[in-house]
Amino acid sequence: MTTTEAAPLPTTTGGDTPAVGVRGLRKSYGGKAVLDGLDLEVRRGECFALLGPNGAGKTTTIEVLEGVRRRDAGEVTVLGEDPATAGRSWRARIGVVSQGEGAGQALSVRETLDHFAHYTSTPRPTDELLAAVGLAEKAETRVARLSGGQRRRLAVALGVQGRPELVFLDEPTTGMDPAARRQFWQLVRDLRSGGTTVLLTTHYLDEAAELADRVGVIAGGRLVEVAPPAELGAPLRRQATVRWREDGGWRAVPTETPAAVLRDLLAATPHGEVPGLTVTRPDLEDLYLALVGTVAGGEPR
Amino acid sequence: MTALTTTRPAPPSTARIALARVGVELRLFARERQQVVFSFAYPVVMMVVFGSVLGGDVLPGGVPFPQYFLAGIAATGIMLTSFQAVGTAIAAEREAGQLERLQLLGTPPAAYFAGKAGQVLVTTAAQLALLLPVARYGYDVPLPADLAHWLTFLWVAALGALAGTVLGIGVSALPGSASSLTTSISAFAIVLQFFSGVFFAFPGLPGWMQQVAAVFPLKWLTQGMRSAFLPEQAAAFEVAGGWEHGRTALVLVAWVIIGVMVCVRTFRWRRADG
Repeated sequence: MTTTEAAPLPTTTGGDTPAVGVRGLRKSYGGKAVLDGLDLEVRRGECFALLGPNGAGKTTTIEVLEGVRRRDAGEVTVLGEDPATAGRSWRARIGVVSQGEGAGQALSVRETLDHFAHYTSTPRPTDELLAAVGLAEKAETRVARLSGGQRRRLAVALGVQGRPELVFLDEPTTGMDPAARRQFWQLVRDLRSGGTTVLLTTHYLDEAAELADRVGVIAGGRLVEVAPPAELGAPLRRQATVRWREDGGWRAVPTETPAAVLRDLLAATPHGEVPGLTVTRPDLEDLYLALVGTVAGGEPR
Repeated sequence: MTALTTTRPAPPSTARIALARVGVELRLFARERQQVVFSFAYPVVMMVVFGSVLGGDVLPGGVPFPQYFLAGIAATGIMLTSFQAVGTAIAAEREAGQLERLQLLGTPPAAYFAGKAGQVLVTTAAQLALLLPVARYGYDVPLPADLAHWLTFLWVAALGALAGTVLGIGVSALPGSASSLTTSISAFAIVLQFFSGVFFAFPGLPGWMQQVAAVFPLKWLTQGMRSAFLPEQAAAFEVAGGWEHGRTALVLVAWVIIGVMVCVRTFRWRRADG
């Protein structure tokens, strides 16, 4: 397993209360439950990835936490307050990198940032922001002429302009090319090492593995597993599969004790080779698919 | 070392954000070339067209048609820069996700409304400053006779623009896409113009049309404009036999106050509310 190990958490003075605490969150649209008793805890200073397929409830969860969507039931605290009732001073402590636009296509990047600096009492200087997201050369360019990746960077700059303690990123790299994605990942790492708590949603497994201290897998409106990326699906990881060819077809034996299976297999074939013999363990993608229930029981392909 | 602190200064006041909004709204308006041309040229073009075709007509009370029409087209222009511009702009901003960002920043809706109102007042002033000289020097329409008439012109224009803004914010909450809303708003505005006596002498309209028009601000705005531009004896030919300044102010102020209360309740930052 070659999962990258995240750097140790920066020490913060944020206290022991979690940045986000959710118990039994429920939300239905037109009688259909999107969130069905979701529990979630995000610690201060960590980067937490909500991983799940489209329609699993990731965006709804984030919107409830941002205080822009009402919930049907459940307890929710974000930075110690209930987002449904928290006021502007709470809002000043969270940052959102949204898919939506800034102030208008006809404004330049600098004009956009200068304008939104008026909405916060703790704005980061525009030039500092421009440098941080790599848009210094595009400062005078109008938003209409930015590429998709550049717009996303502007969205990041707007999200962190007020020096938030907690940043929400909802599918931040969807539609980005690989190079832009890697640059974006570095931005997220910088945020986290600066002490900001990051909660991101993604349906890319590699993104979650790359960035997150812990990954929460969401499926069917619930959190089905929470673990550091390298430990995701621990019980499933123990399951190996021994495969070989026999009588013109494939035999596959799922087992937690592959050595024992091999011993029996070799004893039964005292002469020659076992054709096509392999022992495999599920990779991260298999685990993920097993967890979200797309492939039943973690069967190999 | 972290830059995080638990004590932050209070967020900027509604007034400060409103001021920033007025600035950015004006800047965005000025960069939307089509909108600038349409807003400023429409009343002038209408004045030229109707002034050239019907310039020789004389209405009851001995008022030349261009003089009567200036009041109507000024009112229409105000509706264009307030009601129509605001309604369509908000629908488009919501669709593009710009309002979502404002919501996430905790922007007080009042600051956003004030930004729209400020932009409307400035663009309306510019529009009228362009229209009046055309009427005066192109079609010999006398401008308001004295200071009192100028003051009437100003308060009617300002109240009309504010009522239009509020109504524009109100209709932007209706469901549907931005483009379908734009179509509905234009259609409504065109019909309302005919009902409100912009193109024809209001007293000559059927009674039911007059009654429908009296519910909306445009009729009162147009009538108020006539009281600023027409000679005193023309008042006798109004439906009520006078300019009805008190009632005009009352209807327009009521639209602003009730409208703001409705807007605060119905205003949506996002397309669909769950």
